[in-house]
Amino acid sequence: MAKTPVTFTLNGAEAAVFVDPGGNLLDALRRGLGDLSPKWGCGQGTCGACTVLIDGAPHLACLMLAEAVEGRAVETAAGLADGPDLHALQTAFIEGFAAQCGYCTPGMLLAAKALLDRTPRPSREEVIEAISGNLCRCTGYEPIVEAILAASRGRAA
Amino acid sequence: MLEVATFPTLADAAAAMDSASRYLGGGTLVMRAVNYGEDGISRIVRVTDPSLKEIRVEGGRVILGAGVTMAEVIAARDLEFLAPVARAVGGPAVRNMATIGGNLFAPHPYGDFAAALLALDGVAEMADGTRRPLADLFARREGLVRSVSIARPDREAFRFRKVSRVKPKGVSVMSISAWLPRSAGRLGQVRIAYGAMGPTPLRAAAVEQALEGRTLDLAGIQPALTLATEGLSPPDDALASAWYRREVAPVHLRRLLLGEDR
Repeated sequence: MAKTPVTFTLNGAEAAVFVDPGGNLLDALRRGLGDLSPKWGCGQGTCGACTVLIDGAPHLACLMLAEAVEGRAVETAAGLADGPDLHALQTAFIEGFAAQCGYCTPGMLLAAKALLDRTPRPSREEVIEAISGNLCRCTGYEPIVEAILAASRGRAA
Repeated sequence: MLEVATFPTLADAAAAMDSASRYLGGGTLVMRAVNYGEDGISRIVRVTDPSLKEIRVEGGRVILGAGVTMAEVIAARDLEFLAPVARAVGGPAVRNMATIGGNLFAPHPYGDFAAALLALDGVAEMADGTRRPLADLFARREGLVRSVSIARPDREAFRFRKVSRVKPKGVSVMSISAWLPRSAGRLGQVRIAYGAMGPTPLRAAAVEQALEGRTLDLAGIQPALTLATEGLSPPDDALASAWYRREVAPVHLRRLLLGEDR
């Protein structure tokens, strides 16, 4: 079966990749483009480890038909840092011990970025709602919530 | 091997559907099946027609395109009454993907949004233009849906409650949607639908009947509460047993009808 070409922007740069028919965006990112930051967790929309932003809104890459992102803007955790300068959320996660095993972290960061881009000073409830689709089995969530609130206040936790 | 077929119109897609085809809406059901290698799927069918995203007010009713997502429902000014229902679906990422059309076909325990549409007298317009009341669609889930027409309830006349063990994002033990029109304080033409209390969203016909002409206070609703699960066979699943669902249904129904926080 012929592969399908898909072009979109990935973290601001043009990306082109051939995808298998019916292939999902997560495979296209990881295997096709070598961006290993989004993780494969459950493959069914429960864990949020594959969360990426499409046109600024969080989506589950494992449930996104790759060819449906043609022409759209995709953001992953690999694009958060600006050269050596980490994103405020990344700094807050490090300072606040909001990552333990790290598997959920890229998805958490992007769910949080989508929130802060829209709501720069969210309430605690808004933070909890924003990451409600992202499972973390290590931290108990508190350090993550605190780190996101700290980033929103413009300083590390 | 899979194949993806993309069509400009829903009618073209409907003509191309066969038993090995799955129609892709937001992907939260179909891509999950694909990821898990579900047997019998050889073709994904999708449609690019932007009219599937339409939200249109027509008199006392609203027409919702099948491709409208939960996030788009929350953002729509005309759909304020449905926003709490859409917010109860999945997490933010799922809500950016999951569509109204998909929710109509979602297996138990999903489909709380579809139950709300059933309570609001939802009628599906199919790809060929025929109209099917949602109860009929749920009894025979086939065909492609273009849009759903629902009643636009008066302020405060529509209520929704989802019961789940995990908050804010958890799967339904049950959900209850109630459209409660009143005139001179008396209920009339009430419609109540449950999610996760059967294989599909279901109306609580005995409850509706018992509320006819009654007032919305404890004395008025008492007879209806005793009939909360009349005619229903709620399922046993990992979230709750059928027994538990029967036991708690009158409690949640009372809280919904009386507007109690707990």
